[in-house]
Amino acid sequence: MLRVCLKGANSAARKCLCGKGPSHPLQQCRRYTAGESGGSAGKIAAATVVTLGGGVGGTVLYANWDPKFRTSVEQNVPYSASLFGMALGPIPATVVPVKKQLELFQPPSLMFEESKAEKKKKKTVESPAPETTQTLEQSSLEASYVISGMSEVPCVPAPHDTEITSTPPTEVRTECHHHEAPAEPLVLEAPPPPAGEEPLKERPVEEVSARLAQQDLAEQDSLTALSASLEDKLAASAKAALHAIGAQEAALLAIAVHTSKLKEAMEAESPPDQKSAQWKDLEAALNDRSHTVDEAGAALLKAKEALETLRSVIDQGKASKVDAVRPLVLAAEENLHSMVVDLDHVVTKVQSAQSEAKIVSQYSDLVNEAKQQFQKELSSITPEVQANWKGLSKLTPDDLNSLIAHAHRRIDQLNREMAEQRVRAQIHMETALEQQRLEDQKMLEQAVGTALEHSREEARLEQERKLVELREVMEAEMRTQLRRQAAAHTDHLRDVLKVQEQELRAEAEEVLSGKLLEQETVYRRLTQEQLDNFTLDMNAAYARLKGMEEAIDSHVIAEEEARKAHMLWLSVEGLNFALRTSGADTPTEPLDGAAAAVRDSCAADEFAAALASALPEESLSRGVYSEASLRARFYALRALTRRVALIDETHNSLFQYFLSYLQAALLFEERELPPPAQLTGEDLDPFKILSYATYSLERGDLELAAKLVNQLRGEARRVVGDWLAEARLTLETRQVVGLLSAYANAVGLGTTQAP
Amino acid sequence: MSEKELGKKWDRCLADCAVKIGAGLGLGVVFSVVFFKRHTWPISFGLGTGLGMAYSNCQNNLRSHYLVHRTKEE
Repeated sequence: MLRVCLKGANSAARKCLCGKGPSHPLQQCRRYTAGESGGSAGKIAAATVVTLGGGVGGTVLYANWDPKFRTSVEQNVPYSASLFGMALGPIPATVVPVKKQLELFQPPSLMFEESKAEKKKKKTVESPAPETTQTLEQSSLEASYVISGMSEVPCVPAPHDTEITSTPPTEVRTECHHHEAPAEPLVLEAPPPPAGEEPLKERPVEEVSARLAQQDLAEQDSLTALSASLEDKLAASAKAALHAIGAQEAALLAIAVHTSKLKEAMEAESPPDQKSAQWKDLEAALNDRSHTVDEAGAALLKAKEALETLRSVIDQGKASKVDAVRPLVLAAEENLHSMVVDLDHVVTKVQSAQSEAKIVSQYSDLVNEAKQQFQKELSSITPEVQANWKGLSKLTPDDLNSLIAHAHRRIDQLNREMAEQRVRAQIHMETALEQQRLEDQKMLEQAVGTALEHSREEARLEQERKLVELREVMEAEMRTQLRRQAAAHTDHLRDVLKVQEQELRAEAEEVLSGKLLEQETVYRRLTQEQLDNFTLDMNAAYARLKGMEEAIDSHVIAEEEARKAHMLWLSVEGLNFALRTSGADTPTEPLDGAAAAVRDSCAADEFAAALASALPEESLSRGVYSEASLRARFYALRALTRRVALIDETHNSLFQYFLSYLQAALLFEERELPPPAQLTGEDLDPFKILSYATYSLERGDLELAAKLVNQLRGEARRVVGDWLAEARLTLETRQVVGLLSAYANAVGLGTTQAP
Repeated sequence: MSEKELGKKWDRCLADCAVKIGAGLGLGVVFSVVFFKRHTWPISFGLGTGLGMAYSNCQNNLRSHYLVHRTKEE
């Protein structure tokens, strides 16, 4: 109770507050807060907009300046690529780092340096070479002088002297060439240097491989050509050299033969005809020797020519950039060198033989000369004596004595000459020895020089061989390193490619999924549209169908309703009829059946059901009294009521009863009085009420009668209680039934269809 | 039927009155005969007692409706 009060108070207070509270300030407050919030919100919004704009602009500008930043932003932030594309344009093509390629070109440059160093070395070697040529020439000349100076006879210079003199320089020259040849820079096969100035674009693999293949092919071609030419030249030169060597050896042999024959002819004392034969042999040998020497000279020339060509080819080969030619070139060089060496040896042998032969020939000449001189003297002394020794036996003793004297004189002269000669010879010998020593020295120097040259050449060849080996090793190493690098590169490429592939795949998948989504949405939309249209049509048709069905159903329902209404009406009529079945004092039959019938007939109708269930229980079970019976009963009641008019709660003693009876006996009222429209206080007299009630009853207005009777008080009221209840019951029932019938009528009217 | 109630009450009242008066008379007579040496005052006393009792009973009966019973209250 208290809580309710409190609640009520609170609600009242609240209402008061809400009601009384100034709506104006609240509104103001709201406006104020709205304004405040609006202001602050506006400020915050403006600040955020400015910040966002500034950030976006800054990123765009920086991306414009730094492409890497741009790419990173494009990768990380979606849709930024399109923004950048719109704002800045596509990304410019970047320069592929040339570092790797530059690095690759280190070795060739190094090789360049190495070759340059070699070149310098070779150049220094070249300088002493010309010097040696000079000394060799000089020495050869001097040697020839010495040899010629040994006798007073002017020596017939052998026709091959010039050749001999010419060959050393040519030899040396070839050696010089030989030296020069390897001085060329050893150019490795390097990949074509890229135009470093232009922005490099990596050649496609096929182009590179094609290029490499082309290069390989070219190399192969040149290699084969070179090797072929080398082989040819080698073969030719070898042949020529061998031929030359053979010729030289033949010459040597011929010279040896000649000299031996000469010696024989000189020393052997043989009969003249044998001598002539010998001399013929000697001539033949001399011819043979000259012939062979010529041949040897020619062959040597040829060999030299061939060697020259070989050298030129070798130089060509060296000049070419093909690497694989090198061992061939080296082998050819070695061969060349060996041939040259052999040729030199043979030539020196021939030279020595020739010098020996010269000496021998000079000796033979000298001997011949002496012999002739002796013969001249002899003939001058003994003119008669012929040159023929066989005529000696015919000489006289005088002749013999003169001869002996001449001989003695001659001997003395010869002794003197000999002594003189001996002394002179000693001096000559010394000088000659000196000169020979010098010459020998020069020869030694020359030989040493040549040997040095040869050894140098050999060393150089060895070096070259070693170089080749080393190069091969280096090449192999480099190849392995390159292979490793290539492998690492391929690995790296593989990784990068993998990553790229993944990225690209993710991108492509994204794009694809985006496109797919688009297409799907489009398709969905289209299908949805189609479906919607179809659904609309279907709905329309369905609605029409439904309308038709509903119309039909409603018709059916209307008919059903009509039938029901009819049934209801019939049942209500039944009920009505049941109401009329009351006897004089007996109530009607129990209205239960009729009510049940009504309930059955109006099962769906709530109103009717309610009404049917509103029938009072008594009427259902027992039935109701009719109005007539009630009226009759009323009259009996009236008398009783008159008698107990004075009795009520306070006045209810026996005496009061007596008095009331007395009053009833003595009082006379109108039997019927029309009741006024409004009952006043003095109308509430029981007798008047009874009169009014009687009047109403007589007029059939049970309701009014009941109302009037209800105004009785006290005992009278108690006495008419039952009657009143009955009257009420009847009235109720009649009301319900009346309502039902009205309803049934209404329903029946409602269900009738207008024509 | 509420209108018959009064009649019933009256019947009972009369019956009761008769009984009471009779009983009173009887008792009076008896008493008068037995105890009070045939005075008439016990008879009238008895009669009066009987009558009074009957009157009271009748009145109570007729009033009974207006009396609020304790049990009902409780």
